[in-house]
Amino acid sequence: MLNDITFGQYYPITSFVHNMDARAKILLSIAMIVAIFLADNFYGLLLVTGFTLFMILVAKLPLFRVLRSLKMILFITIFMTIFTVLFGSKNDAVIAKWWIFVITYQGIVNALFLVLRLILLVVATSVLTLTTTPVALTDAIESLLTPLKWIKFPVHAFAMIMSIALRMIPTLIEETNKIIAAQKARGANFEKGGLIQKAKAMIPVLVPLLVNAFHRSEELANAMDARCYSGSKKRTKYKKLVFTYRDILAVVFVAGLITGIVLLNKPQFANMEILRQILHLFKVQVSW
Amino acid sequence: MNYAVEVKNLNFSYNTNTNKFLLKNINLTIQEGEFIGIAGANGSGKSTFAKMLNALLLPTEGTVSIFGLDTKESKNLFAIRRQAGMVFQNPDNQTVATIVEDDVAFGVENLAIARPEMIERVNFALNAVGMQDFKNRSVAKLSGGQKQKIAIAGMLAILPKILILDEATAMLDPKGRKEIMQIAQKLNKEQGMTIIAITHFMDELLLADRAIVLHDGEIVLDGSPKEIFKNSARLQEYNLALPPVAHIVQCLQQNGIPFEQVFQEEAFVEEICKLLQQN
Repeated sequence: MLNDITFGQYYPITSFVHNMDARAKILLSIAMIVAIFLADNFYGLLLVTGFTLFMILVAKLPLFRVLRSLKMILFITIFMTIFTVLFGSKNDAVIAKWWIFVITYQGIVNALFLVLRLILLVVATSVLTLTTTPVALTDAIESLLTPLKWIKFPVHAFAMIMSIALRMIPTLIEETNKIIAAQKARGANFEKGGLIQKAKAMIPVLVPLLVNAFHRSEELANAMDARCYSGSKKRTKYKKLVFTYRDILAVVFVAGLITGIVLLNKPQFANMEILRQILHLFKVQVSW
Repeated sequence: MNYAVEVKNLNFSYNTNTNKFLLKNINLTIQEGEFIGIAGANGSGKSTFAKMLNALLLPTEGTVSIFGLDTKESKNLFAIRRQAGMVFQNPDNQTVATIVEDDVAFGVENLAIARPEMIERVNFALNAVGMQDFKNRSVAKLSGGQKQKIAIAGMLAILPKILILDEATAMLDPKGRKEIMQIAQKLNKEQGMTIIAITHFMDELLLADRAIVLHDGEIVLDGSPKEIFKNSARLQEYNLALPPVAHIVQCLQQNGIPFEQVFQEEAFVEEICKLLQQN
């Protein structure tokens, strides 16, 4: 039932992207997010899409594995698409109108943009989490947040909490499946009924899960104590983060991408001549 | 000379306002290099006692010293935990990191050991438990026995002198159990490490030099495992059963068949063969 949660799960192979410095990957992922929102026409988004596919290829990730993380946003994507399509602005070329619903070309275009951006956003960030071990990820966050130590922000504790949370995901999923099986054996039904009934059926799963999580955290705290952990003392690092030629190369590529997008955002590209042509083929006259 | 473990008049209760103690008047010394098995039924206080040995819990009355260091002195805390490493029951609840080598390194990182030595220690610890091939694997994908080996390796990397196994085999299959006990034996024989194995499997006591039985928070039996198994009536009183082989031998003896007191399967088979040849 819950086996297909891939977000935050490391895909253990070696590739160019896997070997990059996690700090560079985090910063470049942020740059990618900026790039996705910076692109304001189809050419720009197409370029980002191409780059994302290139990233997946270089990271040697199987495409289905990356796309599986899209399941998470399926509901929100559908919801937002319907919303954007149905509530167009009356000032644009209107296709259909009924009651409070207005469908416009601009609305459809906006919806397409939205969906594409959402997909790219999730895919780009999944590439980060699929190619970076949680340990490297939290080490990198700790390193990047170091300046916050000046304002007494507990950077190390924050990173430790994150890494343990990530580490516990598979354990808790396994446990959830076990509890579901146990409750089914007692006659619980998780498939029947409407949304509210289904949500109610989850209570006997969530309560033991929560109780067990507390239990686990206590045991884990003991185990960490036994291994001489003290949140405040100085620690050394097993995995060292090193900036290599790979990271410089990646920075150059992403910088190239952003430059490309800025160029494509220029007015001569912005009126989407190609799209107009395609629509023209279907005998649709549009003006924008 | 200091004992590895010295427990004097130990009383313990989670609630300080009561006179009902979970551990009552425990006096015990353990020499360096001993292999101790501690058994007891559920609620006998054996796990509570284990937590006393690396200062996870502190005595309400009396003292616990590890190599002469009093657990009540907070300045000794890390020195004690470096000496007395502890492996817990649930393999899922004691790994901190996702990747095997990162988890083994966790304790060493906490001690702020320089990186070259850290790498050496991680390799040493993984070798000691025979898991060097799994170095880059994800912990979540390992079996229970393998996870426990990683937990032991994580302890070994700290280079403790005492290894406490707090029911470390309780959640494992027979194969995993056997492998963990073999590792403990090897560490004891080859490196002279003091092993304190807490268990409710009576056959695991056979591996120990000395067995201690706890009942209701008190030490009720203390001696060689064989001596203890001769006391089967008392074991029953403490809700403990003889190991299977010893139990069969006892039944045979009770039915008037002349049989040597043996505990291991191999010795048992030999005895049967001897008996058959005589007839």
